[in-house]
Amino acid sequence: MKRRTLLTTAALALGLAASGQAMAQGMDKVKACFIYVGPIGDGGWTFQHHQGVMAVQETFGDKVEIQYQESVPEGADAERVMTQMALGGCNIVFATSFGYMDQINAVAAKFPDVKFEHATGYKRDHANVSTFNARFYEGRAVEGLIAGRMTKSNKIGYIASFPIPEVVMGINAYYLAAKKVNPAVEVSVVWAFTWFDPAKEADAAKALIEQGVDVIASHTDSTAPLAEAAKSGGKVIGFGQASDMAEYKPSPRVTSIIDNWGPYYIERIGALLDGTYAQADIWAGIKGGEVLIGEITEAVPAEVKAEAEALRDGIAAGTVHPFTGPINKQDGSAWLAEGQTAPDGDLLGMNFYVEGVTGDIPQ
Amino acid sequence: MLRLEKRPNPSRFWLYATPVVAVLLTMIAGGLLFAAMGKNPFEVIRTIFWDPIFGQFAFYLRGQLLVKAGPLILIAIGLALGFRAGIWNIGAEGQYIIGAICAAAVGLAAYPTESRWIFPAMVIAGAFGGWAWAMIPAILKTRFNTNEILVSLMLVYVAETIVAKAATGFLKNPEGMGFPGSRNLSTFPATANPELFAGSGLHWGGVTALVMAILAWVLLSRHILGFQIRLAGQAPRAARFNGVNPNRLVMLCMGASGALAGLAGMFEVTGPAGQITIDFGTGYGFTAIIVAFLGRLNPLGIVLAGFIMALTYVGGEMASTNLGLPDAAIQVFQGMLLFFLLGVDMLTNYRIRLRAAGTTVKGAL
Repeated sequence: MKRRTLLTTAALALGLAASGQAMAQGMDKVKACFIYVGPIGDGGWTFQHHQGVMAVQETFGDKVEIQYQESVPEGADAERVMTQMALGGCNIVFATSFGYMDQINAVAAKFPDVKFEHATGYKRDHANVSTFNARFYEGRAVEGLIAGRMTKSNKIGYIASFPIPEVVMGINAYYLAAKKVNPAVEVSVVWAFTWFDPAKEADAAKALIEQGVDVIASHTDSTAPLAEAAKSGGKVIGFGQASDMAEYKPSPRVTSIIDNWGPYYIERIGALLDGTYAQADIWAGIKGGEVLIGEITEAVPAEVKAEAEALRDGIAAGTVHPFTGPINKQDGSAWLAEGQTAPDGDLLGMNFYVEGVTGDIPQ
Repeated sequence: MLRLEKRPNPSRFWLYATPVVAVLLTMIAGGLLFAAMGKNPFEVIRTIFWDPIFGQFAFYLRGQLLVKAGPLILIAIGLALGFRAGIWNIGAEGQYIIGAICAAAVGLAAYPTESRWIFPAMVIAGAFGGWAWAMIPAILKTRFNTNEILVSLMLVYVAETIVAKAATGFLKNPEGMGFPGSRNLSTFPATANPELFAGSGLHWGGVTALVMAILAWVLLSRHILGFQIRLAGQAPRAARFNGVNPNRLVMLCMGASGALAGLAGMFEVTGPAGQITIDFGTGYGFTAIIVAFLGRLNPLGIVLAGFIMALTYVGGEMASTNLGLPDAAIQVFQGMLLFFLLGVDMLTNYRIRLRAAGTTVKGAL
């Protein structure tokens, strides 16, 4: 599998110089350790990471020993848990939440022989720290297309978690894809300021439905928005988030974005086993198999389904980029010129809405 | 037949035996729980209570016990003052968060100035923040006779919203590429609260906790104010006849517990946590309530209780990672501790009598 990698050349050179000989030999057995920010039973983010971990166990069998710790608070506790893991003989530690960023770099400094992998972060202060993320915005574009086609009120909604680039990027991708197929569409954004809080998410969904929104995408992890949509008697649809949320098929859940971490975990641990491991910053999407689009149900008309699948396949083939110019920023200033695609740097630091999205990003 | 009979005087024996019995009962019931989950109960209990102090990695974990126990002890001492007087501050978690925000705000406002006065100013800001947050339920209680339990508890959720706003808005790191979280205060010498001896886990928060424990013990046992606090808790009417002003006591106890919780937040945000994040509050303020009762509301007992509680956290993590126990099982285990504590505590004021048909069998405990 060929992946798009953004290797920091200096850090890579350093990493190779420091560990090149040792790594080239590979290992007979790897102890891989994971820290989770929530309980496995959250049904979303952590659940999907754990699915990936189980895929690792299945692939490598007794060549890999797995340890994990659920519900590790971001902060001093994370540093202790990771230190314990490193002391306990873990060869590679995966920290699966953004908030572990400073702690993972602090622990990595003390254990240069242990590999550290940080999900959704950007700090790689040491040669043994790698970062990985998934291009969820690609899935948002597929949702946006379906939203634009399916809405009858021309009002679509987005339950946002926190005003960080990841979420802003999702809102923009969702809106742009919807507007492309339905120029009259408007997007309403509700900020829930949580990743997982079924009560708050349900309130956000209610607020959107009261405004006349009939398609809801969410960036929070629970099934509460779908449960609210289900009460509308088929008038409101939504999407599975992080996991498939198949229990709400065929409607209101018409499709889903599934986080699929297994391939990445297998690749990295496999590289450690065969001695090809190197520091990396990986951001794969539909193409790399990290973002899966769940089954599009019969609630979506066949031609819309075909259109959405064509978009998905185009993104996978690299012929379509959800952010392709001309695109202006919300204030009307130019961002991307005709035919230009968004540089990754712009996306990773995205702090503006595109033209047409109303409201402000909370500061 | 079991029958409860009120003791004429609280039993001194059970006053001190309660925590020990509660810990033992927790070990037994927890062991049964772990056994039912297919784990070796002796191994789990050993991992939780023995390994962090004497095990293979004790050199690291002993320090971590101190890191974990410090804020618990500091908050619990403040709470104990109020609890002794019958003033129930349940919102220490909120005061802890607001203290951390105020301290961080001062430190960040001074950034990148280097001055040795910044850290003391942050200490004052932290204590002030916690105090001010606790004054809200205190004033509402004294002026409008509201229930301080509800108001202080509800203000925790307000504080959690404010800290999320701080992390994503007004205290956000301007060089953080738009991600939530403040600058890391522990990486700047002027605002850092580092370990005082490398590897010891002891930072200024731990020192403050121990000093406060001694001060609180002196206050309660030697000072007239301590006497008034105890009197108000045991006999409110007598206290009033004795010239104790209940409103003044509410303001003092709420203020003191708020300030100590704020200090704990300050030492945490400058040290182990390092930065204001969305989920800065990790429950120290609530756990400290258990610690306060486990320590019999006695400052020196609280120090011991803080370490036992820290042990269940650090050891619990070890059991979770090394033995594959789910996180929820560890939480149940910690909950059992409070449950048994409150249950056994009854024996301080009551005795159990076994009553067979007609005659009273001497089965008094």
